[in-house]
Amino acid sequence: MLQLTNDHRDSMIATCVRALPDEGCGLLLGTSSGEVARVVASPNVAHSAKIYEIEPKVMLRASREADAEGLEIIGVFHSHTHSEAYPSPTDIRQAPDPGWHYVLVSLRDVPAVVRSYRIRGGEVTEEEIAIGHE
Amino acid sequence: MSPVVRIPTVLRPAMGGQNEIAVSGTTIGAILTELTTAYPAVTGQLLSEDGSLHRYLNVYVNDDDVRYLGGLDAAVAETDEVTLLPAVAGGAN
Repeated sequence: MLQLTNDHRDSMIATCVRALPDEGCGLLLGTSSGEVARVVASPNVAHSAKIYEIEPKVMLRASREADAEGLEIIGVFHSHTHSEAYPSPTDIRQAPDPGWHYVLVSLRDVPAVVRSYRIRGGEVTEEEIAIGHE
Repeated sequence: MSPVVRIPTVLRPAMGGQNEIAVSGTTIGAILTELTTAYPAVTGQLLSEDGSLHRYLNVYVNDDDVRYLGGLDAAVAETDEVTLLPAVAGGAN
């Protein structure tokens, strides 16, 4: 289960809308139990509507901030601009960490659809997103 | 003193669970080879089969991405901190 607030969810959607027509992306900082503490937006250095890549400098800064705050990078979010909120074969093949939460934001429909998955050894499992209060 | 390499969560199980490893190499290429020799379980995750830096690994010397410092030839001094992090990419394609 991934726990986040409405603000976190809105922040991910806003990052993805701002990135249009490209895919938007960013990192999730939080605890190993799946509680998101902070959403860190990243430029999509692939500058593409079909692929994304987190800016390496954002990755480094997020990693250091997580260490300093006693948090971890627990996942990544990105948008699919014209397809459903489900990991693509590229997402599955390139999933960097089996411990992470993979959040997909689909902007195909209004309102945006946000879903979260675990990806382990090529196996995709959807997980519940629990929205808490600030 | 020797340079320290910070290990990302995803590689820790294959590297004795350590967050940081002290190394003796003076270039990124030497350090990645040293780590692969010491922890054979990470073979293929740091360097590609052709010996180049793995496409999905970001390596930094202090604050700088080694791709802008000469790649595997990037120099590492004994007071430097090397950070390994996964390159995070994917997409609808």
